[in-house]
Formats: sequence, structure tokens, C-alpha cells
Amino acid sequence: MRVINFMGRRYLAAIFSALLILTAIGSLATRQLSWGLDFTGGTLVEVHYAESADLTGIRSTLESGGYAGAIVVSFGTDRDVLIRLPAGYSDAQGAQMLELLRNNGEDEVELRRIEFVGPQVGDELREQGGLAMLLALGLVMLYIAFRFQFKFAVGAVVALVHDVLVTLGFFSIIGMEFDLTVLAALLAVIGYSLNDTIVVSDRIRENFRKLRRADPLEVVNISLTETLGRTLVTSLTTLLVLVALAVFGGEMIHGFAIALIVGVAIGTYSSIYVASNVLLSLGVSKDDLIIPVKEGADQDSLVP
Amino acid sequence: MLNRYPLWKYLLVLVIVLGGAFYAAPNLYAPDPALQVTGESSATLVDDRLVEKATQALGEAGIEYFGETLDPDGRNALIRLREQDQQLRAQAVVSRAVGDAYIVALNLAETTPDWLTDLGGQPMKLGLDLSGGVHFKLEVDIDAAIDRRMEYYLNTTKRMLREDRIRGFIALDGARTVQGRFRSEADREAARKLIADEFPELLLDRVDTEDEWVIRASMTDASVDEIVDYSVSQNLTTLRNRVNELGVSEPLVQRQGKNRIVVELPGIQDTAEAKRILGKVANLEFRLVANADAPPSERQRFEYRSPDRAGVTENLERDVIITGERVSNAQASFDQNGQPNVQISLDSEGGTLMSRATRNNIKRRMGVLFIERKFRTRYEKDENGEEVVVKIPYDEKKLLTAPVIQSALGAQFQITGLDSPMEASELALMLRAGALAAPISFVEERTVGPSLGADNIRLGIKSVQYGLGLVVLFMVLYYRVFGVAAVIALSANLVLLVAFMSIIGATLTLPGIAGIVLTVGMAVDANVLIFSRIREELNNGLSPQMAIHSGFERAVATILDANITTLIVAVILYAVGTGPVKGFAVTLSVGIVTSMFTAIMGTRALVNLFYGGRRVQKLAIGRDITAGESA
Repeated sequence: MRVINFMGRRYLAAIFSALLILTAIGSLATRQLSWGLDFTGGTLVEVHYAESADLTGIRSTLESGGYAGAIVVSFGTDRDVLIRLPAGYSDAQGAQMLELLRNNGEDEVELRRIEFVGPQVGDELREQGGLAMLLALGLVMLYIAFRFQFKFAVGAVVALVHDVLVTLGFFSIIGMEFDLTVLAALLAVIGYSLNDTIVVSDRIRENFRKLRRADPLEVVNISLTETLGRTLVTSLTTLLVLVALAVFGGEMIHGFAIALIVGVAIGTYSSIYVASNVLLSLGVSKDDLIIPVKEGADQDSLVP
Repeated sequence: MLNRYPLWKYLLVLVIVLGGAFYAAPNLYAPDPALQVTGESSATLVDDRLVEKATQALGEAGIEYFGETLDPDGRNALIRLREQDQQLRAQAVVSRAVGDAYIVALNLAETTPDWLTDLGGQPMKLGLDLSGGVHFKLEVDIDAAIDRRMEYYLNTTKRMLREDRIRGFIALDGARTVQGRFRSEADREAARKLIADEFPELLLDRVDTEDEWVIRASMTDASVDEIVDYSVSQNLTTLRNRVNELGVSEPLVQRQGKNRIVVELPGIQDTAEAKRILGKVANLEFRLVANADAPPSERQRFEYRSPDRAGVTENLERDVIITGERVSNAQASFDQNGQPNVQISLDSEGGTLMSRATRNNIKRRMGVLFIERKFRTRYEKDENGEEVVVKIPYDEKKLLTAPVIQSALGAQFQITGLDSPMEASELALMLRAGALAAPISFVEERTVGPSLGADNIRLGIKSVQYGLGLVVLFMVLYYRVFGVAAVIALSANLVLLVAFMSIIGATLTLPGIAGIVLTVGMAVDANVLIFSRIREELNNGLSPQMAIHSGFERAVATILDANITTLIVAVILYAVGTGPVKGFAVTLSVGIVTSMFTAIMGTRALVNLFYGGRRVQKLAIGRDITAGESA
């Protein structure tokens, strides 16, 4: 097997990653995220018309009905309409607005969903979401430091932060709504990217012990080459199902699928170029992986 | 190296997969849309004549129904319908036919055959985003509950000091402290003793200034927590009672966090109606039982609420002694003779009113009325000649109990002479439910219409099908025979996932389905790892049997590490997530666990069956993407 010299372009990759992250942070700082109802609070009503809906008509009906600041857009098809009221309207408004539309609409108006989120809930969710993310990163770092070695933990966590930031940046640049399901997807991205990184780290550890004469750069290149097939196949199967989800899953799950597609793609890149890159920069060597005398039995089987 | 499993391992895999198939099976039986008819109060029973009345109305309206069943104890009847979209109309028709004494609820009747349910088989519950319905999150106003308690401390302290002729200035100081200022140390000490005896839960502090002796009584954090717990659980009880009136087949009322309550009502579309009932005020009135010679203008006849005493009535005076807002607590307990009783605490004003009313009426009886706001339905024609449903509210007052007054009552008294501890706890519950301990407000509301729910299910199933199809196609093309083994294991994984979710009674949500789809994509990872290893070992010159053996052996440690970290993330997601996110976390974690079993043991069993125990020249495992460039 020809060893691919992945790490030969490690500086190029580092510059590329740095650019990605800077763009993401820049966009997050200037454009922020377009927070969904879950986080901002407010009222959202989705209705379905028997025939193609007249958005201008709906807007003027709402305007004269006293719903200033209502945002009316079509949702998925031209017969589905999404109406958003900013925070500040009370919890009774959604149902009342539906009444108003029913009384004014010539077509039959079918209720798809009403969501009301109070402002206090939104703030809490944002706080909890951030906390969950930090907790996930922290625990994962601990586990890897325990199972592998501290340098591997740093590499994995840098890769995770990289993936999360880039995915967040993508949402900020595209202006897609960031709701609870997208947050869940982001945590799943952490899980996925980690999975990838660990498989690579596992092989790097194994090869450090096996190829005693090779220098670290070579070991990393060999390990990446050996795991490349697996990395690509798994990313491919995961992307296949995610594309199915994005295409067929409907509007409510769309953001979730997109976040995961972006995350998986960037996670595949980062497990090759970010985690290993950090590992090399930290000066990993086979001395870091000398097996202590009291090593578990499962470890021994990895050493020929 | 023969790669053979002992027989018991094959059997184990087989038994687990078959067991999984068995417990997943109930999900194949689509439930029938149905109507559930229940008596409005527990005393109202459902009988054959009522069911006949309902079915006749359905027949006249041209709605197809079948399989109507009646509970043996007469609590409720179930009428199954042919068409889902006729359910709402059927509900309107049947409610009209059976009248206000019965509640007609939308229901989905299980069609799981008996031989499955007998062994504990049950389908997964569907979340509101799939079944349609309302989700409310209510917040209990803790500050109001604490304010109310502080008010009680303040008034009682003032009254005690007045009665003991201790002069001082008592006032609230901040949200959680009552402060008393006295002219002499003796007064302060006397007050301190009174407060300490009456309210041992308060934290007392002495502060001395030049000419004033001050005492500060503050609520401890523990007693604040207690009040919070008390007001939330009281609200829970009240909400549960009210939700039952809504006639929902499987409502959920659950505490969430410190002071939130989640209410989920599947099948409900009319949120305004639901909110009206949830926010409705139930109340109590304490009144004297009228003397036999009281003129009719001064008395009122009431029925007992309990079904055991249906039809029995009492005449009560028209004057109300106190109402339910004055009740600060009611608890079932036992007296020194071991007889069940209910201890009632009133606030200070209630205590004063009660003692004034009972002082001169010892040996008379006092009735406790339970008041509920109910609605009478009328069908009227509007100006266009269309029929509209009009709901007219009215108060229903029924008698809970009418005990004899044994002595002058104060802020604390008890009701004795109860038949059983159960009666005592029921009575205490009703007395507490009268007033809400703390006001509640809606902080979140999500309504999903039935059509969106049905769409979500359809789209979810479609994406699982297409996702699975694509993965199957890829795996078989890329890994040949080994791909087939992986695909069979993947299908077994899906079956086990569904079975496990059904057994633990997990709720399936749309993000949950997304979790299943993601599991399909990620579960093959374990197989990909194993197969890559096997190919590598073949390239290293190992014999096919050796390659299979060492490929599985060496990949397992990697698979474990990778999956455990993903599991950590899934568990965090479950712990901090709410509602839909939790659903995703559940399927993801269950999927990880089942996939480790099927991908490692299941695939190994299949591969052993294909190749084990014989001479193999070549493995049908396809070629690596990168192998083409091998030197």
C-alpha cells in the first residue's frame, strides 16, 4: 500500500482551517445566528390553505387585526404559510390569530401547528445548550485522556471545536434558522466527529507501538492512509442517510439534516487534518505511549 | 482457525433477534381511530343504551363505525371508526347525542392481537409531533407563594402579640423576613419565644440598636424549598383533576425542574378550551348546615359529591363562613386513637372568621361545598342559519362532607369521623385542590394539528426507507458477501431498536425518527471497521480464516472506544435536552447499544455460518477504495 503523505500538507491544512474558523467567527460576530423560536421566544403559527395562499392578503388581514410585526412567509409549498410574531405577544395570541384568519379567509384554513415560547424559556434553553456543549467537550476530553493520552485529548477537542464552529458559521452565513433540533444535530456532530477521530487515534497509537523506527510524521501518515478507506466509507453511508433525511424528511427536520451534513463533511476533514495536525504540533512521540506495566488485557492484544 | 461459534452462541443471537422481532411486532398493527365515552363524574356510568344512542347518531350522520366495546365496570366505552378524518365530526355528533353528562374523547385504539399483549408486547407511544395534540409548559409563581406565606407569618405574629399584649412594630423586611421592633428587651424576648414556638421553621436573629430591640424572623432555604415543593405538587394535583375533565385518552401531567409543569394532551386541537379548563378556578365554601326550622329563603339544598352517597342531600345556610382561598393546608392524618382525620390550617383571617362563626354553634354541623366551573353545551343557529356550539358556564356546587362542630374552631382544626384513611386522603386532596397555592402561567405552548402529525410519520418512514435502501445498496455492492452479512445485521439492529423502545415504553418523536435514520448510517461503521481490518490482514498475507478472526478481534477495541464516546454525548443530550431533543437522544443511545451487539456478534455469527469450519481460498469482501494503488 502506498502511503499518502497527508501531513506533508499540514501547514496548508492549518492555514485552511484557520481561515475557515476565522470566517465562521467573523460571521458569528457580525451576523450572529438567526435564532429560532425556541431560543428567542415568541409565537409561530403554521397554517395550510386548500389553494395557493395569498400572502399579501394574509399580511393585510393581520395588520388590520392588530398584529404588528408579524412575519408571513410560505413554508415548503405555496399552500403552507408560516406566521411569526415577535416576543411580547401573549400566549393566547396564536389561537386568536387563527380565528381571525378563519373568519377572513375565503379558503379553508387548516391548522398545522402553533408554538408559543415565553421569553424566560428561550434564555434558559440557550444557556442549557451552551452548557451541554461545554459539558460534552469536557467529558470527552477526560475520557480520551484516560483511554489514550493527554495530547490525543487535546487533538480531539480542537477538532471538535473546529467542527462545531464551522457548522455554526455555516448556519450564520446561510442565515438558516437555529432551533432546538439544530442544537441536537450539533451535539450529534460532536459524537460523530469524535468517532472518526478516535478511530484514527487508535491506529496512530497502535502504529507507534508497532513501527518503532518510524518518526512521528511517518506514523501519522501511515495510520491515516490505513484508516482512509474506513473513514470515507462511513462518512459516505452516513451522508447517504442524511441526504435521504434532508430530501424526504420534511421541513421540520430540514435544519437538523443540513447541520449534520455540514458537520459530517467537516468532521471527516478534521479527523484527518486537524486532530493529527495538533497531535504532531504537540510533539507526540512513542515515548508518550509506552505501555505501563499494569496495562489492561485488552491493550495487550493490540501489540503483536 | 476455523471460525466456528459454539451452538449456544448461534442460539443466543437467534433468540435475541427473534425476541426483538416479537416485541417490535406490535408496531406493525396500525391503531384504529376511535372515540372514548366516559362519564363526566365517577358516579356517571356508561351502559349499553348509551352506546346504542351514540352509534345510532353515528349511523344517522353516515359515519362508519365498528367494534364498540364497553368496560366491564361501566367506566368507559370505546367506538372504533373506519376513517381517521371523520374522527372530529364523529366526536361532535356523539357529544351531542350523549349530552353534557358524558365526555367524548378522541382516541387511538390499539389493534395489537391478544397473544402479543399477553406477553407484554405494546407499540411505541407516539410523541405529540407525530400524533397531534397540545403541549403546555406552565410555570408556578414561586414568589407569589412565598409572599403569601410571609403574609401569613406577619398576620399571625401580629395577632399573637396583640393577644398577649406585647407592644411592638411588626412589618415585612424584604421578601423573606418579618421584622419586629420593640421598646424593651423583655418585650422582644417574649415575642421571640412566641414566634419560636409557633413557627419553629423560622430563623430568628436579634439586632440591638440604641433605643430599639429588634427581632428578625427569616425563612430558611429549606423552608423556601418546602413551600416551592408544596405549591408545585398542589398545582400538579389540581391540574391532573382538570385534565381528566378534558377527556383526553392519555394525558401527561409532569413536574419539570424546580417550578415547571408540563401538560401534554394528545388529540386536543382547541387550545383555547384546554387553557380555559386548566386555568379554571375550583373553590370551596364552608357553610353551616341549616336548622330544621330555617325558612326556605335562608337555606339551599345540595347533593353529596361522592358516588357512595349519590342522591343524599343536605340543607345549608346561605351565608358563607369562609371560601377556599383561606385554606392554607389540608392533610390526612390519624388522631391519638388511630382514627383517620383531616387536619386543616386556615390563614389568620380565615381563623378569625371561623372562630367567630363556630363559637356559638357548637354541636351544629358544618358543610364543605366543592365548587367547579362547568359548561353546558347548547346548539344554536347563527344569523346564517348555520348551527353553532355555544358553551354556557355555570358553577356546580356539591357537598364534600358535613361534620359536627365539637368546639369553637380556630385557624387549625380537624375533621374526624371519617370511615377510612382513603376517605381522609381524598378529602384532604379536595380541600387542597380548592385553592391554588400559587398562581401559574403558561410559558410554552406547542400545538400540532393532526394532518401535520400524520405527515411527519409518513415523511419519517419514507426517509428511513430511502436511507436504509441507499445504505443496503452501497454495502452489498462494496463488500459483496460481507456486505450482505452487514445488511442483515443492520436490519436486525433496526428491529432490536424498535423492540427496545417499545419495551421501555419510550416515546417516538420526529427527532427520534431522525435518530433512527442516523443510526442506520452510523451503525454500519462497526462493520466497516471490521471489514477494513480483514482486508488489511488479507493484504498482509494472512489466510482467509486467520484474517476473519484477527479482523474481528482487533476492530473490537476501536469500536468500543468510538461508541462509548458517542454514548457519552448522547447521554448528555438526554440529560440537558427537552422534549424533542430527548427523543433524539433516546433513539441515538439505544441505537448505539443495539448496533454494537448486531454489528459485532450478529455479523460474526453470519460470517462464521458462511465461511466458518471449511477451507476458503478467497473471501468475497470487495476491494478497498485505496487498494487500487497498491504497489
